[in-house]
Amino acid sequence: MYWTVVITVISLIIALIIGLVLGICSITRNKLLRAIATIYVDIIRGTPILVQILFIYFGLPSVTGITMSALTAGIIAISINAGAYLVEIFRAGINSIDKGQMEAGRTLGFSYAETMRIIILPQAVRRMIPAFVNQFIVSIKDTSLLSVIGIAELTFAGQSIYAMNFRAFQILFAVGVLYFIIIYILTMFSRWLERRLDVS
Amino acid sequence: MIKIKNLKKSFGELEVLKDMNVEVKPQEVVCVIGPSGSGKSTFLRCINRLEEPTGGSIYIEGNDITDPKNNINKMRQKLGMVFQQFNLFPHMTVLENITAAPIRLKGKSVEDAKDFAMQLLEKVGLTDKAAVYPDNLSGGQKQRAAIARALAMEPSIMLFDEPTSALDPEMVGDVLAVMKDLAKEGMTMVIVTHEMGFAREVADRVIFMDGGYIVEEGSPQDIFDNPQHERTQAFLSKVL
Ligand SMILES: Nc1ncnc2c1ncn2[C@@H]1O[C@H](COP(=O)(O)OP(=O)(O)OP(=O)(O)O)[C@@H](O)[C@H]1O
Ligand SMILES: [Mg+2]
Repeated sequence: MYWTVVITVISLIIALIIGLVLGICSITRNKLLRAIATIYVDIIRGTPILVQILFIYFGLPSVTGITMSALTAGIIAISINAGAYLVEIFRAGINSIDKGQMEAGRTLGFSYAETMRIIILPQAVRRMIPAFVNQFIVSIKDTSLLSVIGIAELTFAGQSIYAMNFRAFQILFAVGVLYFIIIYILTMFSRWLERRLDVS
Repeated sequence: MIKIKNLKKSFGELEVLKDMNVEVKPQEVVCVIGPSGSGKSTFLRCINRLEEPTGGSIYIEGNDITDPKNNINKMRQKLGMVFQQFNLFPHMTVLENITAAPIRLKGKSVEDAKDFAMQLLEKVGLTDKAAVYPDNLSGGQKQRAAIARALAMEPSIMLFDEPTSALDPEMVGDVLAVMKDLAKEGMTMVIVTHEMGFAREVADRVIFMDGGYIVEEGSPQDIFDNPQHERTQAFLSKVL
């Protein structure tokens, strides 16, 4: 349970940075930046996450010679995967803000970056919260796949226990309940957050 | 104050501004009229480079705004702009809308910025709305708040693009009254408008645009009472 939460939280912080940076790249006029964002998103969305996990842990070291711990590989895999979906969420969120907002900001004398930070993103992020939480939940569930590279997250821990006591039903049921509790708490938190930000 | 030479603007194949030459003197109020699609908005938006001109130069107080060497963000601070759709920032109160730019861009203290904002709100008749979010304002109040926001940067020129076209008729008068006050105080203004009565009363000069050209320009009396050009006459007979 501990590793499940730790991996998800670290990965999502990295994924948010990837999503923000490449999300902005995907809406700039610069063709190269746009291409980079598009290719990244297409590759990640077009391949199964299990393949991505195995590729990063077993595939990359066999070519580059750089080995990494299963934990590092797991965090990289989940970050890169969630990052691609967050690029799309940021892109859609920013695009949903009326063009006039950017124009009004620029007209007052704000630079593009200042207008993004002070005017566009605060509005866009509010609209993106449901999509963020959705991705958060998907990523929590995806960490269960990290059991294939031997990380002691929730699912792997369950497997280790029922391998010894053969009570697969009870143990997996308990594992399922734990995932459900984590996700339920998160869902409640997001509803509260949405309500709070809606006041203004 | 503004000197525009051989301004051209195309969107792809479409040539919207063909060859515009305009000069605006300090404290002058210039109204731009013309049929829909004639390029009025595009012309106004080229002045502060919201649209990138395809050719020509635009001097604002002697500096060419189309010159990449000039800092566009600094130059825009001199040019206040008011939009048809207001474009207030919905996540900020009216007061925050007005103080955001002076605090961040002019380095004003929060106190000074607020004091000045309250003076501006008094001028546009919205002192009681300082703490309100834009969604809770009527159209006319939004537009007056937007004017106050633009004035907060103490621009030397104000650009208006059909500021009353999105308003219910009973709101138009309040906004025009604020603009008249500005004109009286000596603000240099370029106003795209369909309010012919307002143009006649307030403008020092009226420019009639059609098809990307200035067809005719002159005093309100010249244009409205004695238009020389056939296209001006045709347009005015439709709108007056
Ligand atoms: N961003 C753009 N891309 C392509 N064409 C554009 C763009 N902006 C304006 N145009 C075209 O340029 C022409 C002039 O538009 P503009 O908005 O300047 O007219 P206008 O005189 O302001 O009209 P209105 O009175 O309806 O506001 C129109 O044919 C319009 O379709
Ligand atoms: Mg227009």
